[in-house]
Amino acid sequence: MADVKPRVRVPDSASAGEAIVIKTLINHAMESGQRKDSSGNPIPRQIINRFVVDFNGENVIDVNIEPAVSTNPYFEFEATVPESGTFTFTWYDDDGSVYETTADITVS
Amino acid sequence: MELTRRAALALGAAAAAAAILPFRPAHAAVEDKIAAFTGGAPVGEGGITLTTPEIAENGNTVPVSVSAPGAVSIMLLAAGNPNPDVGIFNFGPLAASQSASTRIRLAGTQDVIAIAKMADGSFVQARNEVKVTIGGCGG
Repeated sequence: MADVKPRVRVPDSASAGEAIVIKTLINHAMESGQRKDSSGNPIPRQIINRFVVDFNGENVIDVNIEPAVSTNPYFEFEATVPESGTFTFTWYDDDGSVYETTADITVS
Repeated sequence: MELTRRAALALGAAAAAAAILPFRPAHAAVEDKIAAFTGGAPVGEGGITLTTPEIAENGNTVPVSVSAPGAVSIMLLAAGNPNPDVGIFNFGPLAASQSASTRIRLAGTQDVIAIAKMADGSFVQARNEVKVTIGGCGG
């Protein structure tokens, strides 16, 4: 997958201990392995099988993903931020690719 | 072979059993997934909220959200899919709430099941039926 582009929405700033909402989206076909092509051959499965979010090295959420998650997997969840720092978002593809992006947040 | 009344009855019973059997594997798969997640522990009710649309026009992207305060991890299952697994959310120390939203595929009208593993090792589940107008698993 050449043109995988992760997108995340994290607020720029927050107060310490506040619950912030994070939304993430990554464009990926999430080929389930159930579909067949026009000549009837099964299309092999290729999905993102794991999604991990860390903040300054501490885990926020770790999702095991199965083929039932839709194309362009979207996740929304909440995190607490004890101090200023960086969120690291990591997606793991079936083909071994790893897609990563980061987002900074300032705690006042 | 002469078909006696007894043979006819036996044949009928066998046919009925054969007709029922094909439904069992799909159901058994869901039970197995639950057992694998809970380790056979009893699953209670309450303390978990599963939000799904009542009717989904497009089974390819059905928004679901699940929330279970105090959970360590939450497993989502789609009971009627060829492969009932949807995913498992594991919450880390910095998760502000044990809740998450995503979009899933549903092959047809079916139950969506969420099972939460609580911090004390107990399990609770919630189950919602979603009516799907157009299935989302190709084929």
